[in-house]
Amino acid sequence: MSITVFIPTPLRPSVDGKTELTIDNQGTLKSLIVTLVETYPKLSLYLIDDQGNLRKFVNFYVNDTDIRDLQGDQTTLNDGDSLSIVPAIAGGCR
Amino acid sequence: MSLSQSELQRYSRHLILPEVGKSGQEKLKASKVLVVGAGGLGCPLLTYLAAAGIGTIGIIDFDVVDESNLQRQVLYSTSDVGKPKVDVAKRKLLDLNPHIQVNTYQEPLTSDNAIDLFSQYDVVADGTDNFATRYLVNDACVLAGKPNVYGSIFRFEGQLTVFNYKGGPNYRCLYQEPPPPGLVPSCAEGGVLGVLPGVVATLQANEVIKVLLDMGNIASGKLILFDALNLKFREVIVKKRNDYDINSLIDYNQFCGVDTMNNNTIDELSVFDLKNKIDAKEDFDLIDVREPHEYEICSIASSRLIPLGALEDSLSDLDKNRSYVIHCKSGARSARAVALMQEKGFKNVLNLAGGILAWADDIDTSLNKY
Repeated sequence: MSITVFIPTPLRPSVDGKTELTIDNQGTLKSLIVTLVETYPKLSLYLIDDQGNLRKFVNFYVNDTDIRDLQGDQTTLNDGDSLSIVPAIAGGCR
Repeated sequence: MSLSQSELQRYSRHLILPEVGKSGQEKLKASKVLVVGAGGLGCPLLTYLAAAGIGTIGIIDFDVVDESNLQRQVLYSTSDVGKPKVDVAKRKLLDLNPHIQVNTYQEPLTSDNAIDLFSQYDVVADGTDNFATRYLVNDACVLAGKPNVYGSIFRFEGQLTVFNYKGGPNYRCLYQEPPPPGLVPSCAEGGVLGVLPGVVATLQANEVIKVLLDMGNIASGKLILFDALNLKFREVIVKKRNDYDINSLIDYNQFCGVDTMNNNTIDELSVFDLKNKIDAKEDFDLIDVREPHEYEICSIASSRLIPLGALEDSLSDLDKNRSYVIHCKSGARSARAVALMQEKGFKNVLNLAGGILAWADDIDTSLNKY
């Protein structure tokens, strides 16, 4: 079962510059994040806070829906789903 | 508000659009739009709003034009370097369209002035460059009841949406909290493709005009994501959330951790102190946590390059009992590096205040700046 993960610009240095990843995942978003962070440990700092929760300045969308409107990190992912990771960016730019 | 003969000629391409027409153009003339920040986003946004005939345009920005702005801030010319942005912008916009009024505010937007200022306008467009001001603009728009046409950019990526439109979601519905300070680099640290703010700001101008004329589908309740490298637009849904009440404006620097970042926790030394340490041949290591392509532009002799992203993996090779001075371009990334090293048990680590830019200004003026 494969999930396409869209990697935003600020996180690309943590995944060898890739713009999207295909992750083989069976189960929930949480298990996918675990796989992702195991494969690319540098992502951990950006995605997971000190308490082990998903960071609040980073949003996760399964297809185009915010996981807060689904089942959060317990959202089940299906074959062919896409996951967009969208961190807050603030540039304007001075 | 009626249009003069000269205005009818100027706006003829709008007038023959049935969706705008004479009444729409008169509506634009009667409209007031405040642009917060006259930088990369603000310049193209202001240009299109002025050209479109928005009758009253407000610009708030405390900054002066810097040479490094000219790569993307298209209202400014080489001869404008050092002048207040709002003054140059006003002159250029009135030259473009003398039928409009331009109000300028050369001051920072603060919790004290934001609501009064926003109340004088119909729409606010956010082109600021930091999280503290983003949350301030958002909250003040909610309290003043104004739509917030939001754009933000980083490197090759842009985000666009309209917040607080007819009771729709606002920035806090999208992002409950800002990132911890130093984790997400600014454009000054991370860079930005010069045309990117042009793309995002013209989309902002498009939304401002649609909101004013109440036409088309407004980008409310959705976040548009633009990837300039792959030339892709995507959109995700933004729902109204009621997990945060905005009752009054707060201390946004504190909310975003800017104060703790600037004040305590991180021990700093000045470029003069560093020069003295080097001259006195003190025993310490100077670590540069910038990227290799930045190191190529300029570097401090005797420094060792370990990019911030690779630092954690390299710590096992470093002696925890040695003294270290860490620097980057201007001091933000190195502050994060110092915090990381302290966390990992390094006792004697100092951050170089102002980074290599301060070194180039005060110690070695032969260095290239960027």
